[in-house]
Amino acid sequence: MGGPDGELAASLRYLSQRYSMPTDRAKATLNDIGTEELAHLEIVGTIVSQLTRGIDPKTLEELGLGAYYTDHGSGVYPQAAAGWPFNAAVLAVKGDPIADLTEDLAAEQKARATYEHLIDIIDDPDVLDPLKFLRQREIVHFQRFGEALRNIQEKLAEKKCYINNEIITNNNMSKDNCPNNKCR
Amino acid sequence: MEAREELLKQIMEVDFMIKDLNLYLNTHPCSQKGIQLFNDFQKKSKKLREIYSENYGPLTIEDNLGNETWEWIKSPWPWERMV
Repeated sequence: MGGPDGELAASLRYLSQRYSMPTDRAKATLNDIGTEELAHLEIVGTIVSQLTRGIDPKTLEELGLGAYYTDHGSGVYPQAAAGWPFNAAVLAVKGDPIADLTEDLAAEQKARATYEHLIDIIDDPDVLDPLKFLRQREIVHFQRFGEALRNIQEKLAEKKCYINNEIITNNNMSKDNCPNNKCR
Repeated sequence: MEAREELLKQIMEVDFMIKDLNLYLNTHPCSQKGIQLFNDFQKKSKKLREIYSENYGPLTIEDNLGNETWEWIKSPWPWERMV
């Protein structure tokens, strides 16, 4: 949950990048996926909490969790599977929508791959089902980020259209005469 | 399944549709069908949430029940098992 492709990194990545997005669609996409990832952080934290609750320290040590128990007891700490504490260096904020959204597409694929690695080594159905759900969400997010990126690229490529208010009034026009204002 | 759990599951299903349509509409704001579906599910969610909070306590801090007691801090929280 606190690793390079974990839910905390995903959430902070999108919620931090949203400020420099140029279109309404991209702003909303980063905002709303960023908050969904926070909900996923809660799901993963819940899995860790419920799996480790009530297990005695000796058993935890036998399971390879002795070091974790020493530092965190029965708490849930945001760290990578390999034990590194969460580090914001795993994410980038470039202030450039093309660079940031391209990173986000890769981030979703890496998260999907990480969930698949977890699914490969887990056989508890109560853990597998939520992990399969989370994996599917990464695929949906990848799709939405791709659409947001395409929208920005189309906007950059389109011809600029300027209409001032005087022309609209004098010619009995509406702002919809400008293609940029149409819903499409 | 207990009635409370069953109702909560229904709310989660409806709210999942709302979330998924939310993301879809962000990049397809002209989809009239999407907007209509979103509105339908939002109405359903509102109804179910009212039933839930009246019977089992608030789901969000906005679910003001006009109680004399502070219902909000009562367990279970989302990460706790419902016993």
